[in-house]
Amino acid sequence: MTGTQLLERDALGTLEAIAARIRRHVVDMCAGPEGGHLGGGLSCTDVLTALYFSVLDVDPRRPDDPHRDRFLLSKGHAALALYATLAERGFFPVEELAEFGRPGSRLMGHPVRAVPGVELPTGSLGHGLALGCGFALAARYADSPARSFVLLGDGELQEGSVWEAAIAAATLRLDRLVAVVDSNGLQLTGATKDIAPMEPLAERWRSFGWSVREVDGHDPALLAEHLDAAPWEPGKPSVLIARTVKGHGLPFLAGRPASHYVTLSPRNHSRALNALRATEGMG
Amino acid sequence: MSRATREAYRDALLPLLARHPELMCLDSDTGLFSADHAAAAGEQYLNLGIAEQNLMGVAAGMAACGRVPFVNTMAAFATSRALEAIKIDIAYNRLPVRIMATHGGLAAGHLGPTHQALEDLAVMRVLPGMTVVVPADAAATEAFVEQSLNLAGPLYVRLGRKATPPLPVGPPPVIGQAQTLRQGGDVVLASCGPYPVLACLAAADVLAGHGIEATVLNMHTLRPLDTETLTAAARPADLVVTLEEHWRGGGLGGAVAETLAERAPVRVVRLGVPDTFVDQVGNQEHLVAHYDLTAERVVRAVRTALDTAARSGRTDRKEHIS
Repeated sequence: MTGTQLLERDALGTLEAIAARIRRHVVDMCAGPEGGHLGGGLSCTDVLTALYFSVLDVDPRRPDDPHRDRFLLSKGHAALALYATLAERGFFPVEELAEFGRPGSRLMGHPVRAVPGVELPTGSLGHGLALGCGFALAARYADSPARSFVLLGDGELQEGSVWEAAIAAATLRLDRLVAVVDSNGLQLTGATKDIAPMEPLAERWRSFGWSVREVDGHDPALLAEHLDAAPWEPGKPSVLIARTVKGHGLPFLAGRPASHYVTLSPRNHSRALNALRATEGMG
Repeated sequence: MSRATREAYRDALLPLLARHPELMCLDSDTGLFSADHAAAAGEQYLNLGIAEQNLMGVAAGMAACGRVPFVNTMAAFATSRALEAIKIDIAYNRLPVRIMATHGGLAAGHLGPTHQALEDLAVMRVLPGMTVVVPADAAATEAFVEQSLNLAGPLYVRLGRKATPPLPVGPPPVIGQAQTLRQGGDVVLASCGPYPVLACLAAADVLAGHGIEATVLNMHTLRPLDTETLTAAARPADLVVTLEEHWRGGGLGGAVAETLAERAPVRVVRLGVPDTFVDQVGNQEHLVAHYDLTAERVVRAVRTALDTAARSGRTDRKEHIS
């Protein structure tokens, strides 16, 4: 991490405080005209916070720096959380988040390149890891120390293309590639374990030749510590399995499939903001 | 000299890799690059295994970081199996990935419908920003590979499998410019790919014997289609016939019909593989003959159409009917 980033983070507060602000943005965005992917946005907020405010070597003033670290949100439906993170990180004004889902806005429901800080569009599941392999390979050919990070959903792991890329990354010994699995245990209609069980996740990744760690996905400092330390084993790509809760921070939705896509009524919007204040001790 | 377009591509790429360090060759275990070829390409060649979606994704990721990957796969696998990766990862981002698709059309021959690609041109040419070319011979393949260095966006190149004959005539092939191989005012024969273009040239000779002068266009670039050359050729003509190794829908015939319906309405007859999966063993020549993608078929189509038009009074070129 650079000195500039440290200064910026001090000015912005602790990782927990930043994550709390991002969560509030996500809740606000789901009160907009189209609603949004609330549950999966909240489950990966701490991961995104750790990445953008502690781990990634990116500079909002130089978003095209060829030697920057690159991040891809393979579970593109959490776009709202990514947009909120990028805005808080200074890639574009926080005020623009109010445009999410509004006609004419560039803040589409899945990440688009028009939004500063978005590397490539995602949304159809199963694309991000192969793209991340491409990033990591290109960095290797350029003799760049840059790392590439890809955030996947655990339901997304049902896409076969993820495992094509997992094979390629291990074969090519892409140890500058780091995957994070937002393992919230739920997908659109129910529990991942009931629909197409992906456990034991750590064993699966390990058997594909990856270096694996599992952590609490809602401890941004801990997430940052592990992500910063990657690669954990020379010659192996790393995957951090972040155990998370879908709809984290909202007791009336947390851990329920119904949190997947939500348009918050004015009443529920207030209720959600109150819940965030209560859980984060900021009320 | 007869030569396989896929081998022409490989042999053209190798020296380019040495001169242009940003180029890459990513393979999906197609076997096109032998161990010697791979050694010649050095670090710029990678065999990523039998995983076409991953192939396209890795290529897109590298292209987003400034590399220019040529990816090798078969047309059937590129455009059906890996279509979403091509659409979203490559075309949507306008990335300079070169999709080198072998076994195009009926070139897979006896390998059967799983390996034949009779829909690839239709699928590729609807993607915004995708350049789609079908070189008719080895020389055109070499030219297109070289010209791709100046192309900013994605490129789909349909290649063959076995050796096919060279075109006997024509101006230098340039991506985006239809080649006028023969000029005639009565009918236009538009085609792409080795056997169809040769069949149209042969058909033009036969038609001339019947007093029918044909313009023969090698429309090797389906997107962007050279609409100027096409409409200029079609305006004075009574009929346009297209011929391609592709199902009749959506390929070159579709592109020509769409263009002419809007810009220069004229009767268009589309010849191609009928609406069926190939149901018998045969090499490319056998299947081309089996489905009658031949000069004789083109001649019959022209004479039938002109005959019908004359009888219904839609043309004053009755002297063509003999």
